[in-house]
Amino acid sequence: MNFAEFFGNFPALTITGLEQGAIYALVALGYTLVYGVLRLINFAHSEVFMVGTFTALWTWEALGYNQNTAAPAFGAMLVAVLVGLGAAMAASALTAVTVEVVAYRPLRKRNAPPLAFLITAIGASFVIAEAFGVGTHRAPFGMPVMIPSETLFTVFGAAVTNIQLLVLGVTLVMMAALDQFVNRSRLGRGIRAVAQDADTAALMGVNKNRVIMLVFVLGGLMAGVAALLWSVRYGYTKFNVGFLIGLKAFSAAVLGGIGNLRGALLGGLLLGIAENYAAGLFGGDWKDFTGFVLLVVLLMFRPTGLLGESLGRARA
Amino acid sequence: MTATAHKGKLAQMRQRWSDMPKQVRWAGLAALVAFFYILPNRWFYEYLGFPIGSEYFAFYTTRSDFAAVLFDTAVFVLLAVGLNVVVGFTGLLDLGYFGFYAVGAYTVALLTSPASRLDLTWPWLAAVPVAIVVTMISGVILGTPTLRLRGDYLAIVTLGFAEMIRLYAARNDGLLQGQRGIPEVQHPPGPMVDGRPLFGVVDSKPYYWLILTVIIVIIFAMRNLERSRVGRAWVAIREDEDAAEIMGVPTFKYKLWAFAIGAAVGGLTGAIFAGKQTFINSDSFLLESSILVLAAVILGGAGGIKGAIIGGALTWYLPEWFRGFGQIIGLDFDTAEYRILIFGLIIIVMMIFRPQGLVPNRRRAAEFADRRKEAVPQETVPSE
Repeated sequence: MNFAEFFGNFPALTITGLEQGAIYALVALGYTLVYGVLRLINFAHSEVFMVGTFTALWTWEALGYNQNTAAPAFGAMLVAVLVGLGAAMAASALTAVTVEVVAYRPLRKRNAPPLAFLITAIGASFVIAEAFGVGTHRAPFGMPVMIPSETLFTVFGAAVTNIQLLVLGVTLVMMAALDQFVNRSRLGRGIRAVAQDADTAALMGVNKNRVIMLVFVLGGLMAGVAALLWSVRYGYTKFNVGFLIGLKAFSAAVLGGIGNLRGALLGGLLLGIAENYAAGLFGGDWKDFTGFVLLVVLLMFRPTGLLGESLGRARA
Repeated sequence: MTATAHKGKLAQMRQRWSDMPKQVRWAGLAALVAFFYILPNRWFYEYLGFPIGSEYFAFYTTRSDFAAVLFDTAVFVLLAVGLNVVVGFTGLLDLGYFGFYAVGAYTVALLTSPASRLDLTWPWLAAVPVAIVVTMISGVILGTPTLRLRGDYLAIVTLGFAEMIRLYAARNDGLLQGQRGIPEVQHPPGPMVDGRPLFGVVDSKPYYWLILTVIIVIIFAMRNLERSRVGRAWVAIREDEDAAEIMGVPTFKYKLWAFAIGAAVGGLTGAIFAGKQTFINSDSFLLESSILVLAAVILGGAGGIKGAIIGGALTWYLPEWFRGFGQIIGLDFDTAEYRILIFGLIIIVMMIFRPQGLVPNRRRAAEFADRRKEAVPQETVPSE
């Protein structure tokens, strides 16, 4: 254990942790939404994120940027980032909906056992990842620098960059918007109703299939935002980039209480911080283990997560 | 019985087979087993009159050593039979099955190799039981927190487990020596008639025979297990866990047993693999192999041992065979590149149209059919 390093970098580790945690939280929302409504771990969600990163990359390349071009001026940057955001969100949502329609809906019609859903989810995840792997020759891709990183201010000696601020800010805004949507809007009420009791909701006139579709769209949109933030922050992608992120995001969702939107945010941020503290204490190699160990320990002692499982409030 | 309502040709043949006298069936089985034992021998094909060269693509895989392919296929079959206990009998989704395989292989490597950091040079035979026990324990450690919960948590935890094992193995300064790996793992013992060791480096045939024998023993054990109290409890859990619990089946205990036994078979397979390979590193255990084993079980038909065997054989042997065959018909097609993609698609399509697998277990097929009949009519969506 390296306490000197840990305490010396404590503020910096916290800030990096929050930033990474924000991305986990956005991806975790997709798992949580689908789980809340369908009680299904949508393994393919990690690939929804991956598709978003590639879409951002290709959009920027289509706009004429590549790894070697200088970062664009503010106006052009804003346009490029917003176009990339739109494209990534659209592509991610489309991927999520495609998986729903092609893979899950036929199973629901046949009243397949839960195991069949899980197996299909795994299959879908691998098909998407491998299709991209084959298509891109399994090479990693660097992305154009859109926003050059610069330090805005320091907190307790730790530098805070504009990108870190952007990632956190966007996450909080998206989170608040989604929370309001689910809790206030008519469609959101439908989601909560189906999550609470699908059959009764159907009797009350809620179109179940449409709600499920909406849930996949929302999850996809959030994953698209996460993908763009990832592209801006880390600037690379690969066909299997979704796997670890997906695993961690799922851990984050369970940590906060799967099926609980606010729990996903809390879980994501906590996981990000915990990971970076572990990296500071034990060395960077151990960073990826933290999420997994946390998940197992949590399932042992508090399987419903920190905030409890509820998308439709009270659940049996 | 919904499954027998429409009797196909296959079902008729099966019926005729099971109507035959016991002696005939035993003789048939013995012939089949003998056939598998002589399969890797070259003289067998010369005897049958296949031209020797690159053209005899009947069974032979032309691009790689046939006995080695058979060994790998047998490894896959054994893994599928082991995973079938977890996925097929008990209905739990274990996505990290290769993790146990890796634990078994690494245990043997650590104990027997003089180049490992433990620096013990146990004989291979002594290391195998230890490997089995270690994998069982790791299965219990992994299963205890997760098996109490809903089944889907198990899937993700096991997936994470396999990935963590791989990540740990990839660390160069760790016990498992990362990419450099552990060389000089000892071979299984046993001299030939002329005094040379039976299990060498060049010839894969003895290893194939060894694992074939192990498979036969395991199959007998599994068949008995399936019909025992434990096996009935597993099927009850698969069909309806709550009902089983109410009827007095200690579900947690039996799920843990299934998990541990499945893990043990995986560990045993890993031990044999390490004994043949003599060198393992972190690249030997990729996550996609976990998925291939799962695909094998699903493809063959979860819940039956026959299905697991056929599925395991198909998923490994077919791509290898096709590599050589494709070359002959002028199609240069790298099956390894597309393997996961194709099997992923097969999994999705199978789950929709034939969830019971190619060689369905009768009981499991009936379960699916019953559920399908019970399906609530979906509310109609105007736009569809």
